[in-house]
Amino acid sequence: MSIEKNLYTVSIYTENNIGLLNRISAIFQRRHINIESLNTSVSEIEGVSKFTILVRMHEEQIKKIIGQIEKQVEVIKAYYHSEEDTIYQESCLFKIKSDLLFDERQIQNIIKESNARIVTVNKEFFVLEKSGRTQEIELLYRELSAFGIMQFTRSGRIAVTKDEMKISTMLKTFQH
Amino acid sequence: MKEIQTIQSQTKTIKTTERISGSEAIIKCLLAEGVDIIYGYPGGAIMPVYDELYKYQDDIHHVLTRHEQGATHSAQGYARISGKVGVAIATSGPGATNLITGIADAQIDSTPMVCITGQVGSHLLGSDAFQETDIVGISTPVTKWNHQITKASEIPEVFAKAFYIAKSGRPGPVLIDITKDAQFEEFDYSYEKCTGIRSYKPVPETDITTLETAADLINTAKKPMVVWGQGVILGEAENEFKAVIEKAGLPSAWTILGASAIPTSHPLNVGMVGMHGNYAPNVLTNECDVLIAIGMRFDDRVTGNLATYAKQAKIIHFEIDPAEVDKNVKTDVAVLGDAKTSLKALLPLLNENSHTEWHQKFKDLYQIEFDKVIKNDLYPTKEGLTMGEVLKEINIQTKGEAAIVSDVGQHQMIACRYADFNVSKSNITSGGLGTMGFALPAAIGAKMAAPEREVVMIAGDGGYQMTIQELGTLFQQRVPVKIVVLNNEFLGMVRQWQQLFFDKRYASTEMVNPDFVAIAKGYHIDAKKVTQRDDLKSAVTEMIDCQGPYFLEVCVEKEDNVFPMIPTGASVSDIRLE
Ligand SMILES: Cc1ncc(C[n+]2csc(CCOP(=O)(O)OP(=O)(O)O)c2C)c(N)n1
Repeated sequence: MSIEKNLYTVSIYTENNIGLLNRISAIFQRRHINIESLNTSVSEIEGVSKFTILVRMHEEQIKKIIGQIEKQVEVIKAYYHSEEDTIYQESCLFKIKSDLLFDERQIQNIIKESNARIVTVNKEFFVLEKSGRTQEIELLYRELSAFGIMQFTRSGRIAVTKDEMKISTMLKTFQH
Repeated sequence: MKEIQTIQSQTKTIKTTERISGSEAIIKCLLAEGVDIIYGYPGGAIMPVYDELYKYQDDIHHVLTRHEQGATHSAQGYARISGKVGVAIATSGPGATNLITGIADAQIDSTPMVCITGQVGSHLLGSDAFQETDIVGISTPVTKWNHQITKASEIPEVFAKAFYIAKSGRPGPVLIDITKDAQFEEFDYSYEKCTGIRSYKPVPETDITTLETAADLINTAKKPMVVWGQGVILGEAENEFKAVIEKAGLPSAWTILGASAIPTSHPLNVGMVGMHGNYAPNVLTNECDVLIAIGMRFDDRVTGNLATYAKQAKIIHFEIDPAEVDKNVKTDVAVLGDAKTSLKALLPLLNENSHTEWHQKFKDLYQIEFDKVIKNDLYPTKEGLTMGEVLKEINIQTKGEAAIVSDVGQHQMIACRYADFNVSKSNITSGGLGTMGFALPAAIGAKMAAPEREVVMIAGDGGYQMTIQELGTLFQQRVPVKIVVLNNEFLGMVRQWQQLFFDKRYASTEMVNPDFVAIAKGYHIDAKKVTQRDDLKSAVTEMIDCQGPYFLEVCVEKEDNVFPMIPTGASVSDIRLE
């Protein structure tokens, strides 16, 4: 068994079901695995949802977890991928005092260099949006926190794989 | 529900509908699934369904248990002996939460069961209404599937799906929660059985190359050994299994839930593996060259310390549930699929063999176990009665034809070790969860599902009292279960551990017991207490001859221990004989 824990992106294609999030998170919880981030959304197939879950664990362990997840009746297919196998993005929002935007030239440079986008500005605050890889967001956070951040929030990771996922063909063979 | 709609649109049958209430629809769904008996307990949120049960009482027999836990265990007993889906029903809140132990038990022991719970009206959901509990949330980790119905029109599809999921593939419990308004609501009812769900693959495809590799390994093995589990019974693969082991001459050992798939007396049956299993199959697990696991899941009570479990052997795993492969023990060849199909396909690939010398090893080790343990258990010379001799007497008098329903503890291990099983589906016990209180209600369910079978229940004085109220059910339903309580006035199994591992500090394991015979008689059940060896035989005869239910208390040696034993964390081959 490899001793090292790695970051894995778990992609789960599922039927739309209210209780499924509970079922899936329970599988991680039982084994004391912290979910780093979780995102649910529609997928490329109509009526099929997709969970994208980021976890840090051993490969041996993640394989077993995938088995437990796939076993759930409403799960169509589950995969795990290493960092290299995926193209991913995270997104975040900063709420910052508007004064700073005008008083601190530095901030404007940071915004420009980081490819962040100003979503809205009003008298009291402006909102900055940034999408990118984890490190980019962390860097921007560090840079801006020197000036004071009123609010910050970051999304779960969303990812697509470099390889094909073949869910549609799989669904066809499942059809009775 | 999308998948069911798809299925239905594909089957171009013209459906006849009728306008009925949700609760009547529930009964009709049960009837359509062939349900004849259900176990349950009424209450506010499920009353509309009970009202329909009243109207349909000629078609469906509702058994009023004395506790909802009893209803689940009865449904389990029913399912375990018949292979059919057991059904339990309860009201919301406490009725629903009382089901949880039985559901968890059914989940870990792969028992097909459908539980139905009433729920507060949908407009009250989430408001902490009277007897509202989030039973779908609570039961999620212990069900194969669960679902809340808030509209009557969902009932047929959800029920069809529930029965399909409970029974197919690796079976398990399913829970359906139905709001009270959905029970009252009228809709156009029609029913269609579920034949598939697109996201659910009950039986994985068998890769023929894995079968070939498995056959090669078995054919070239010098010291092959089989460990089979409940998968053989659940897959109704007993004949295929027997054919395989007989052709290849494979010594075969069983897990507790696998017991009875082939008769105890079968020459290739080398006994039970695991913590209190037989000496030979445990020791030789660490000597065999190929270990063939069939429909079992390498539970820790079976494997002991994994780091020293069968390390020398190539491991073949026949398994229906892909999540079990490599979960605990790394396999060399995994043959996915159901046991019946896989074993049937394996048979022609096998060479005939007898492995006579290897078999002799099992016999030699059996002799050691016999001299050190079995002899004293079955033919005791000391004064006190042993649990083993009671089992021996039951074997003799039932000719090994009885279904044995055991509770949890020392008596359970003794029952599993010594009961003679001539018929499959005869060892009904709580294996994975180890639920004390399982036996009495399970025995009631088993006897009702298979009235032609002799059902003998074996419990300790502790576990018996956990669901003793089900004597009321037994009495009201007149179920002729034979109840044997092996009374050692201790929570024996825990006391044994205290003796061996906690310097005899008997913390809260000594029991001051009531007059069990008087209690049974209070329910008008014939009853007897035996304290002397000389009285045992005639008491067992009286019990077996009795037409109705019977209660037999046998006062056994207080501080006997169950051996052999693999201490926790030890290796299977370090099994202790004393
Ligand atoms: C519901 C439940 N609570 C506690 C236990 C722990 N436990 C396992 S065996 C046992 C003792 C059983 O005593 P008894 O029923 O008298 O049977 P004996 O071991 O004496 O044969 C206990 C307390 C359990 N298995 N189930």
